[in-house]
Amino acid sequence: MPKWFTPDLTENDVTPEEVYFNRRKFMRAAGAVALFPTLAACESEGGNQARAEGRNELKPSPYEDITSYNNFYEFGTSKRDPKKHAQRLTTKPWHITIDGLVDKPGVYPLEDILKGMDIEERIYRFRCVEGWSMVIPWNGFMLRDLLKRVGVKAGAKYVAFETLHRPEEMPGQKLPLLEWPYREGLRLDEAMHPLTLLATGLYGKDMPKQNGAPIRLVVPWKYGFKSIKSIVRISLVDTQPPNTWNMMQPDEYGFYANVNPHVSHPRWSQATERRLGEGLFGKRVPTLMFNGYEEQVASLYKGMDLRKYY
Amino acid sequence: MTRTINHHVRRLPAWPIHIMTLALIGWHFWLAISGHYRPDPVRMLELEYGILALQLLLATLVITPLKRFTGINLMKFRRALGLSAFFFALAHLAVWVVLDMQFLFVQMLSDIVKRPYITFGMAAFVMMLPLAITSSNAFIKRLGAQRWRRLHRLVYPLAILGVLHFIWVRKGFQIEPLVYMGLLIVLLALRMRWSFPRQPATA
Repeated sequence: MPKWFTPDLTENDVTPEEVYFNRRKFMRAAGAVALFPTLAACESEGGNQARAEGRNELKPSPYEDITSYNNFYEFGTSKRDPKKHAQRLTTKPWHITIDGLVDKPGVYPLEDILKGMDIEERIYRFRCVEGWSMVIPWNGFMLRDLLKRVGVKAGAKYVAFETLHRPEEMPGQKLPLLEWPYREGLRLDEAMHPLTLLATGLYGKDMPKQNGAPIRLVVPWKYGFKSIKSIVRISLVDTQPPNTWNMMQPDEYGFYANVNPHVSHPRWSQATERRLGEGLFGKRVPTLMFNGYEEQVASLYKGMDLRKYY
Repeated sequence: MTRTINHHVRRLPAWPIHIMTLALIGWHFWLAISGHYRPDPVRMLELEYGILALQLLLATLVITPLKRFTGINLMKFRRALGLSAFFFALAHLAVWVVLDMQFLFVQMLSDIVKRPYITFGMAAFVMMLPLAITSSNAFIKRLGAQRWRRLHRLVYPLAILGVLHFIWVRKGFQIEPLVYMGLLIVLLALRMRWSFPRQPATA
């Protein structure tokens, strides 16, 4: 061997035969990943990790974190404002107007609504459109139980919700931050889905005011802004109702707002999220399709282009 | 009055600004690591460093109009203030890369390209680099005062980009970033050489 060439590879660096032939399998798998990223993700390391996460890792975030870090612009735009300013909100008495295409419209006292409802605990992932997440042990009942009780008429296709509008107790409403009152909506089948909750508490305690007392929506497979707080009106309607963030910036916030790691928000990627409560060095985790509730809700959107209906 | 202020200012050194900068970077890091910024210490730290960078940037832009309109001369602090803005911006970027995005280079790169607010922030930082590097006396001499001054006019566009970055990162239109934009516009407007005569005719 000429002196000017010193090999840096030895016999030990040669790929063993069986591994060499396995490379084809590997390359095929890689090709599949490229072609069907969602499908292949289930088979890959990351997918396994994500699934394991979905199963076991639902350790609720600390009560203190859940109740001191809120987006509730009615009480200010900073995350700490709601805890500070929401305490003066009067939540007793509380009435909810249920109207539109229902058999029994009316203004219902909250006690009457809660009577006979099965309040259960649901530990749900909560994913904010801003790229952070928590795990929250809600207490509440299924929205569908209420809708069944008031009777949904045949023509109803959507459910519209409204937050309380009371600027004297909600100082943020004195500013034109959003178009008040806050409004949200669901398609009727989303509203009737057993995962969809009207929550009245968390950690077994009454709903803290900063979290949307006395009653709020929780739709765990959608970004947090869909889960409207301090609800005073529920209307059954036949056309898609307006929702506040969509009215404000339609190119950034859609009506559906399903958690989807493959569809980026114009201002940030939604591929990963930071699970709060793990300190300064907490690890980023992959965001799961439909926030990990794909198995339960994917069928609602069969055939829909989720890029278009974001 | 102005003369006494200037007299006292002249005797103050500029180096404590560097010490304060380092101390503030360390202090916020400690608050983040010790749980004061929970539940999202990463975002809080990012925010604190970013806001400090903008505040210092505005402070450097106050010096010239202050001298022009009141005669108070704080010119000797300007370099330290500008460098301080740079170090806060560097800390802000470091938190984003290391603690927030955790070296997810593909996601970061696509964010820089696709998301205007990150594009703007990144552009502002890149524009700060040559200014920080050429801040020494030796560099002023090497470049010549004329060219150095021309280069350092980059501070105006980069300040605008920095504030746009702040406005855009917030959801909707929020008041705080708009206040920064207002201040910046005032500070830039004060530098314009208005075309009307200085001394209005008394006739």
